Amino acid sequence: MTFALTPERERELVEILARYPTEHSKMAACIPALHLCQDQIGWCSDEVVTFVASRLDLPAAHVKGVVTFYSLFNQRPVGKHQLWVCRTLPCALRGAGEVLAHCEKRLGIKAGETTADGAITLRTAECLASCSTAPMIQVDKVYHENLSLPQVDTILDRLQKG
Amino acid sequence: MLKQTNYLTKVYGLPDGWTLPVYERESHGYEAARRALTTMSPADVVTEAKKANLRGRGGAGFPMGVKWSFMKPHAKKPAYLVINADEGEPGTHKDRTLMERNPHAVVEGCIIGCYAIGAHVAYIYVRDELHLSKERLWQAIREAKEKGFLGQTPFGKDYAVDVFVHTGAGAYICGEETSMLNSLEGRRGEPRLKPPFPAQSGAFGCPTTVNNLETIAAVPTAFLLGCEDFSKLSAIHTLNDGGVRLFGVNGHVNKPGVYECAVGLTLRELIYDLGGGITGGKALFAVIPGGSSTPVLRAEETVNAPDEKSPAHPWHGKSVLDVPLGVDTFRSLGTMLGTCCATVMAEGTDPVAAFHNLMQFYRHESCGQCTPCREGSGWLSRIADKLLAGTCSMQELDSLYDIASNIMGNTICAFGEGTAMPALGFLKKFRGEFEAYVRGERSGRDARLNIGSAV
Ligand SMILES: Cc1cc2nc3c(=O)[nH]c(=O)nc-3n(C[C@H](O)[C@H](O)[C@H](O)COP(=O)(O)O)c2cc1C
Ligand code: SF4
Ligand code: FES
Repeated sequence: MTFALTPERERELVEILARYPTEHSKMAACIPALHLCQDQIGWCSDEVVTFVASRLDLPAAHVKGVVTFYSLFNQRPVGKHQLWVCRTLPCALRGAGEVLAHCEKRLGIKAGETTADGAITLRTAECLASCSTAPMIQVDKVYHENLSLPQVDTILDRLQKG
Repeated sequence: MLKQTNYLTKVYGLPDGWTLPVYERESHGYEAARRALTTMSPADVVTEAKKANLRGRGGAGFPMGVKWSFMKPHAKKPAYLVINADEGEPGTHKDRTLMERNPHAVVEGCIIGCYAIGAHVAYIYVRDELHLSKERLWQAIREAKEKGFLGQTPFGKDYAVDVFVHTGAGAYICGEETSMLNSLEGRRGEPRLKPPFPAQSGAFGCPTTVNNLETIAAVPTAFLLGCEDFSKLSAIHTLNDGGVRLFGVNGHVNKPGVYECAVGLTLRELIYDLGGGITGGKALFAVIPGGSSTPVLRAEETVNAPDEKSPAHPWHGKSVLDVPLGVDTFRSLGTMLGTCCATVMAEGTDPVAAFHNLMQFYRHESCGQCTPCREGSGWLSRIADKLLAGTCSMQELDSLYDIASNIMGNTICAFGEGTAMPALGFLKKFRGEFEAYVRGERSGRDARLNIGSAV
């Protein structure tokens, strides 16, 4: 199955390419382009790598090397929603461990796994620059801060419903 | 000395505080940039900037104006300004507040910075997770463009300036400036060997200045007040550490947050006056002063600086909590000011578990280019695992010193030191607790800080 960006995302890519000096713009657009692709299908499949390589005239090995370097590029499919619990010391001092344990228990999975229905991938993250509003979790693109366990429940309820 | 200010943070919390009309109304928005571009030469701007004694807010504390002065016009190559908003150092949460709540200060700072160093383009490198920050920055850029503050002729001046946001994809190491430049160029974020320094060969092989996001956001304030007056707001401006900055406090305090104050604030003031004291009325146990890479201080430590030339000498014999938070003062304490966001630990915190938590972070984030860092960070974290599991021998505990010492000075980038220094700091300050683990007198099975590294 080949991959192509939607026309809207393709327009965005053209805009992105204009931000960098012409002779470097295709390589510089590599990470933004991968973000666009991942936004579209949830992960950076081999087809995505092939697409980005040919669209930006880059060796596929370069694009693959970029995908494997950065932890936010998914190298396999993930759940419909991704939920990251920040695990690093400042959050841990304020109860990140309890938040994680609670999520694991409620979802019946361990960090790094996806629920059987494919709804939620539970992950842990390193410090997300939200230490003074800890504990916190990131759900897709949104931060939820200063969390209590009942608030975590509300978030999980909403995600599980749809 | 506790002196709260609101130059950078006046618009924080105001309705639509992040928009241009509010920035103009409340903070004399874009007056400093207008004045710089229309009444000063770039060389004048650099000369003036040096007087601010604005020490880089990204961790190393290099003077901003001096860094700008390293930029020399190149016959063929353009110059770039790159703003570091990767904010990934554990315990650091200040740049994000500026991007979300006062993004115009960043854009205005970029205009002044570009003009000073001869650049026409600034890239703000924001870590990908900060979606709201990116959105607010883009909005600010659009607003400034519509007003004619950015573009071909900012404020009518024939000096084009454009600002773009660029994002990473989840890698702490991309906060290291040369790694960030590789990432900006679309490569793996592996740090480059220095020299060449970015001022000679940075983004796209061109002369580049890398400034931290808070550094650049403070520039309009410095120019608005006059850089010398800005510097003098600081209680330690005679140590070339001037102005106002954001102080963060997190961990076991009642009011964690980000507070703007004149430089000169002490840890005691940050923790007790601004941070509202220790959670549950407990005693203070330890503080990591400015991000996880800065060596930890114990609550009861006193200053040992008998040498009159030491920046910390005036506080010799006093509590470390009463030393002004400054770049050179804290270096003299054997730690660093770092990002100036303190992580506070109350009595009862297990230092071995805290060490374990951080060593997992470093193992996870090493880019793997240098053997001492790649292998060393792995060993450090494996020994930390064994400590918590109760299977670490005294010999292995001692080997922690050798492993950490072998990283120091033997790596491409400062991530190596940033791993080794806190490891050595924890070992030195909490030797007794570490040994208690080895002897089986303490156990980490229920330590609440024991959370596996990121997956
Ligand atoms: C491992 C590592 C991570 C870093 N992370 C950041 C960061 O997230 N943000 C930042 O501004 N500087 C970071 N730095 C420091 C930068 O390399 C650079 O010194 C700084 O951006 C320069 O800006 P300043 O002079 O305004 O402080 C990091 C350095 C190292 C070695
Ligand atoms: S010191 Fe560590 S992070 Fe820095 S380049 Fe070497 S391996 Fe990479
Ligand atoms: S440690 Fe969790 S946001 Fe910083």
